[in-house]
Amino acid sequence: MGSNSNYEKYKSDGSLQGKLLEWFDARFPVTSMWRSHLSEYYAPKNFNFWYFFGSLAMVVLAIQIITGIFLVMFYKPDAALNASGVPVAFASVEYIMRDVQWGWLIRYMHSTGASAFFAVVYLHMFRGMLYGSYRQPRELIWVFGTLIFLALMAEAFMGYLLPWGQMSYWGAQVIVNLFSAIPLIGEPLSLWIRGDFVIGDATLNRFFSFHVIAVPLALLGLVVAHILALHEVGSNNPDGIEIKKKVDAKGIPLDGIPFHPYYTVKDIVGVVVFLMVFSIIVFFAPEGGGYFLEYNNFFPAVPLKTPLHIAPVWYFTPFYSMLRAMVWPLFGLDAKFWGVVAMGAGVVILAFLPWLDRSPVKSIRYRGPIFKILLTIFVFAFLILGFLGTKPPEYAFFGLIPGAPVAQLFSVYYFLFFLTMPWWSKIDKCKPVPERVTFK
Amino acid sequence: MKANIMKKFLLALLFVPVTVFAAGAALHLDKAPNVQGDQAALQNGAKVFVNYCLNCHSVSFVRYNRLTELGLSEQQIRDNLMFTADKIGEQMRVAARPAEQKQWLGVIPPDLSLVARARASEEGSGADWLYTYLRSFYRDEQRPTGWNNTLFANVGMPHVLWELQGQQVLNHETHKLELAVPGQLSPTEYDKQVADLVGFLVWAGEPVAGFRKQLGYGVLAFLIVLFGVSYALKKEYWKDVKKN
Repeated sequence: MGSNSNYEKYKSDGSLQGKLLEWFDARFPVTSMWRSHLSEYYAPKNFNFWYFFGSLAMVVLAIQIITGIFLVMFYKPDAALNASGVPVAFASVEYIMRDVQWGWLIRYMHSTGASAFFAVVYLHMFRGMLYGSYRQPRELIWVFGTLIFLALMAEAFMGYLLPWGQMSYWGAQVIVNLFSAIPLIGEPLSLWIRGDFVIGDATLNRFFSFHVIAVPLALLGLVVAHILALHEVGSNNPDGIEIKKKVDAKGIPLDGIPFHPYYTVKDIVGVVVFLMVFSIIVFFAPEGGGYFLEYNNFFPAVPLKTPLHIAPVWYFTPFYSMLRAMVWPLFGLDAKFWGVVAMGAGVVILAFLPWLDRSPVKSIRYRGPIFKILLTIFVFAFLILGFLGTKPPEYAFFGLIPGAPVAQLFSVYYFLFFLTMPWWSKIDKCKPVPERVTFK
Repeated sequence: MKANIMKKFLLALLFVPVTVFAAGAALHLDKAPNVQGDQAALQNGAKVFVNYCLNCHSVSFVRYNRLTELGLSEQQIRDNLMFTADKIGEQMRVAARPAEQKQWLGVIPPDLSLVARARASEEGSGADWLYTYLRSFYRDEQRPTGWNNTLFANVGMPHVLWELQGQQVLNHETHKLELAVPGQLSPTEYDKQVADLVGFLVWAGEPVAGFRKQLGYGVLAFLIVLFGVSYALKKEYWKDVKKN
């Protein structure tokens, strides 16, 4: 299905558009691409709710690129102060919000889009965990996916500096300073990243360049690789069984339906529902209660005034919690260094999931109680880590249970979940899988 | 059946952090009356701002002609509110340059365009913060300006509205503010004046906010229709997909 050479070239029926298509098809794989990726890409017919988030991630990517193009027309990456004593970059964002026609809508779509991107991607990744979508033969899809996640984090982090508010500035300061914890090369490395001794105009300009060119290019390339790899092996499904094992005389999977039109029309419904949620935020709560646009970021950056509490945006907070959880120096190295290691490892370990999972079945539907219990705790731990990351380290639940040890406990759990997976996934009591896909 | 319960539980977990842990309160903020949409109040707020605040604080992201959205004509703006600019499209900026302010006052008083958005927190909206702040000044001879503030301890700004409010003192036993010398306005009148001023700052923080919400209803109405159409389309196509 992946190779295009199986398809015959289009033959004209004599009409003008027929001739035109024939001309193009002789010189470019128009019809073969259409067929292999859409009209004859056979997807399992039992996709459920969780399968909307892949196409939604593409929709959000498109929103971000299109709104981003317009924002770049008016945004100015400049840390100098204007005549009113406000940094030019900060003022240019407000200029977009007030003086550019529909600028407020474009900007809110972009800022909400950042949060939406992570929400959708987290749910998309969770789907993979539920149904074992990362298992053989889809390991590479998953690895590309974690690279997309990494690129997305870089993209969001650098984009967040651009409005040049207090949180932009100090968030970048904290994160770039983390690199200085690396032994020997740390200090020169963080200096090299910033291009200055503190976050400054040089940093703003290079982050702008990365945010609008370098990282989006990488992101697009990775998305293409992600989808090509998917279409090479075919989609998983909520039953975690291979539909290609049961095919008809023509070799078409019995449980497969052409992606177009079936899933295109279904995904449109998903997109419309998504746009409703998205619009509710954009039009009625663009600040997202301080989680999507942090209140402190409405103060322009002041390099001499450190905010009392520096918190990253919500989508980074689970990993930020892991960073803060490391408070012990080990092997003569700073606790800060081990925090950085923990944060990085928290993301990187995801890429190894295909080889950590030794379960005989893929889908949660047929996996045993161990997986179900451990995964539930995992989700709970991840959410609590995320919540604690938005709070100062001295936070206590209901003023009683201190947050810091809870974050440490759940960080340990996060890693143990993965590291002990080869063992518990093997001994779990799984149920027999069905021959054909089911609807639940 | 079991799988269903599991699914619901996992879904429910997604919503845990927003609801359960929204606790934790430190400082108490008074609720600011909402005057958005009340043009008379916002016009009054603009007047108070221009008369009392604009001497030191800019709202440089607001242009004078944007005040027409508060129901004022350009002529009214020119005659009553424009003291620091010649052209109606200019920004509402202080007459002094930042460097001069730094020399005269020791600091550059911050631009207040976004103060109502920046001061929001878990404790309350930015409007609540400003409303509480502007009513929390009291006499304190320890401070160089002679004023202190219960919300913003050792604040650099003196009580600019003192003639209106009068002079409060802090009762160190009850930790409450008491009006020692009455001002030109009664406490209720003063609160109203501050509410209008705060209302103006909220408006200035995002002048498009009113229109944004209006448009939101239209967009949602459109999406509901689109949902109906797209759902019907999906149903039509999926008729021939057999569930075994």
